[in-house]
Amino acid sequence: MEAFAELLDALTYTRSRNGKLALIAAYLQRTPDPDRGWALAGLTNSLDFPAVKSAVIRQLAVERVDPVLFALSRDYVGDTAETVSLLWPAPPLPGTPPTVAEAVGLLSAMTRATVYGALPALLDRLDANGRYALLKLATGAMRNGVSTRLAKIAFAQAFDVPVTDVEEYWHGQHPPYAALFDWATGRAPPPHAAGAPQFRPFMLAHPIGDTAVDLDLYAVEWKWDGIRAQIVHGDETRIYSRSGDDISHSFPELLGALDTPVVLDGELLVRGAFQGGEEGGAASFNALQQRLNRKTVSRKMLEESSAFVRLFDLLLIGDEDLRPLPWHARRARLEQFAAGLDPARFDLSAIVPATSMEALAAIRDQARDQAIEGVMLKRRDSPYLAGRPMGLWYKWKRDPLLVDCVLMYAQRGNGRRSSYYSDFTFGCWNGDPDAGAELLPVGKSYSGFTDAELKWLDHHVRTHTVNRFGPVRETDRSLVLEIAFDSIHASKRHKSGLAMRFPRIHRIRADKLPREADRIETLRALVAAEP
Amino acid sequence: MRDKGSQAALVSGPRDCSWVRPGASGLWVAPADCWIDPHDPVERALVTHGHGDHARGGHQQVFATPETLAIMALRYGAARDTVAVRYGDTVELAGGVSATFLPAGHVLGSAQILLRYAGERVIVTGDYKRRADPTCAPFVPAACDVLITEATFGLPVFIHPPIEEEIARLLETRARNPDRCVLVGAYALGKAQRLIAELRRAGYGEAIYLHGALVQMCRLYEEQGVPLGPIALVMDTTKEALKGQIVLCPPAALNDRWARRLPDPITALASGWMRVRQRARQRNVELPLVISDHADWTELTQTIAEVDPAETWITHGREDGLLRWCELQQRPARALALAGMFDEDD
Repeated sequence: MEAFAELLDALTYTRSRNGKLALIAAYLQRTPDPDRGWALAGLTNSLDFPAVKSAVIRQLAVERVDPVLFALSRDYVGDTAETVSLLWPAPPLPGTPPTVAEAVGLLSAMTRATVYGALPALLDRLDANGRYALLKLATGAMRNGVSTRLAKIAFAQAFDVPVTDVEEYWHGQHPPYAALFDWATGRAPPPHAAGAPQFRPFMLAHPIGDTAVDLDLYAVEWKWDGIRAQIVHGDETRIYSRSGDDISHSFPELLGALDTPVVLDGELLVRGAFQGGEEGGAASFNALQQRLNRKTVSRKMLEESSAFVRLFDLLLIGDEDLRPLPWHARRARLEQFAAGLDPARFDLSAIVPATSMEALAAIRDQARDQAIEGVMLKRRDSPYLAGRPMGLWYKWKRDPLLVDCVLMYAQRGNGRRSSYYSDFTFGCWNGDPDAGAELLPVGKSYSGFTDAELKWLDHHVRTHTVNRFGPVRETDRSLVLEIAFDSIHASKRHKSGLAMRFPRIHRIRADKLPREADRIETLRALVAAEP
Repeated sequence: MRDKGSQAALVSGPRDCSWVRPGASGLWVAPADCWIDPHDPVERALVTHGHGDHARGGHQQVFATPETLAIMALRYGAARDTVAVRYGDTVELAGGVSATFLPAGHVLGSAQILLRYAGERVIVTGDYKRRADPTCAPFVPAACDVLITEATFGLPVFIHPPIEEEIARLLETRARNPDRCVLVGAYALGKAQRLIAELRRAGYGEAIYLHGALVQMCRLYEEQGVPLGPIALVMDTTKEALKGQIVLCPPAALNDRWARRLPDPITALASGWMRVRQRARQRNVELPLVISDHADWTELTQTIAEVDPAETWITHGREDGLLRWCELQQRPARALALAGMFDEDD
């Protein structure tokens, strides 16, 4: 456990991807089986201990320190596992730390009845760093920037095997991955993996910037505001996110919809009330987010926000690799293939007719609806290449809407922003501020600012606090923030009757007076027409 | 979550009924018309120690320990009128108030100030710690009616490890990386000299390399009788010669262009905040060293219990945590909101 704890800390303090890869590879090389396999499972969030949940851990801590002191500490540290690891009273006699395998065995054996006795006994055998590692192993949410894909690359580096083989053989293996380590260290042949639905690296687009593009050479598609996804069917269907993480379990309704071996590229969207777009049918990104990171999906969720994929590329079909073909040839094959699919689960991303950049700019600006973020330009003769090749695909996001709001409340952030006041609630006037109008909250944001601006905002909050409500500070409403957002729609959940889509802090307007901020009526006029 | 009593005490601010009370420029001693650690220029200032948020320039008359006066002279030039008060000595102020300076163990010259007036005793701890520090005199607990304590690390998550462990990690990292240097961010006053002295105590005899901004204060410490061993300037040394060495700089220089002259530095920061992982990440620190010149949670609470004042006033940091502890111990306490004090220095 000490080596695993050291690895977690080193990963926390190492920013570079190569640095992280080297750390994981070195750990995998020098750690014996089965510890390294369990550690790998922990890093990739592949372990689940049903009895050991965040609420249980919090409860155990609150029994040992006062609940108020725990809440203040959690608020400051920004992470429950870390707070508990630091607060946990040192046992009178230091115990013998468990191996990772022993810890996994003990955690698995815990039940709702035994966890309140067994987990403290295990925590008492570890120091603060060990407790942190144990709690992270038990609950996931490592927050150290290691994706499954990164772990696979590190595995490949550690044992000098091709990463494509790792991808292929990983499929169907379970922690602690004994067959995988046996193969990688030359002790056994590769695990059987024929028909494995394997991830292929995505092709990505560059922001268009000032590039002038000849529209005779490029095709235009909408840029959908969902999750980029790769749908792979082999002996079963898998859905991979952009980072190569397997997100299949969050979208069970898509798993039985294919029967041909195929690799598809598209945008994962959810059907919902706020429909829009040329094709219609997509909900706000918010509805999609609700579906992510769930180990189980309720029947209600499946009915109310059912997922579908808007397809835009076909990489492989049967034994045929289409990636070297030009985009237009792949598109023709995709259209042919998609015609036979269940329209409730798959549709095609439309081609947008545009003859000039000026005409396209107009189309892009008018398309202010829930599911469209802008447009994509794809060179008609482009092969499908991994990564972000130059000059082939461009994304052109529409310009954001801007309003001036007044900072009202602030809260500390989590993770990297712990201790900084970095979650901001801002409001607009419900009438003429000189005639006694009030500020009503219209949105909340924790992005858009630079690190230097964050420091400035944090200092502003600390020196302009007029009230505290638990972790929330109310400010003196003296600061104007220019807020950028993609769209705004009517909402019954907020007092202002409005909800912004992806609001971010565009500029700090310390030069403006609060009374010069925008009014609610200005925002209401920006609400897109909705059915 | 928080109970109504402590919420009210926290928000409404202190009662206005004592002869020591918060005012526009800091903590005011009314009968003597003088200020403790004022942040604006005033007629009469009592200064606990030389850090910038406690000692400022421009006062007419300054009462402080000789070491603190020397530090202030280095930073702000000579004050108009200074009164040097040695540890244990008492000065009579106007209005029947007397002030005794007691060691606080924070940095060289740091003092608690014991105020006596009309039979009442109030101690202002300033910043303090209880652990041994080869560069300054140890904290002396003294009885009082009101203890005005700092609370920089006033949450139970802050338990500083023994400094020997942190120094050992620093030396191990250095030994493992002969082609790189370890760059440690440390405050120019106190932290830098304590680090050097602790490295010496651990048997490290090689030259320690300094950023220019640390040199004057290190010289002052040596003049005041704190030996630091061989020190050298980064400016005078080649990149090649810095490989495998320990380099100290102010925290602000860690990610500055200045650091480009160093051979692939491993970034370290010596601070009590390094106990929280994400704080280290925020500063791009690879080697967090949990070394603080402030009392940790255990020291803060044990000191209150040991001094056992009739009332505890809490300022400068996470007041609400320590306030809650006092409440649980049934100790009368309140949080003072002092203007001009920020809680992020260590």
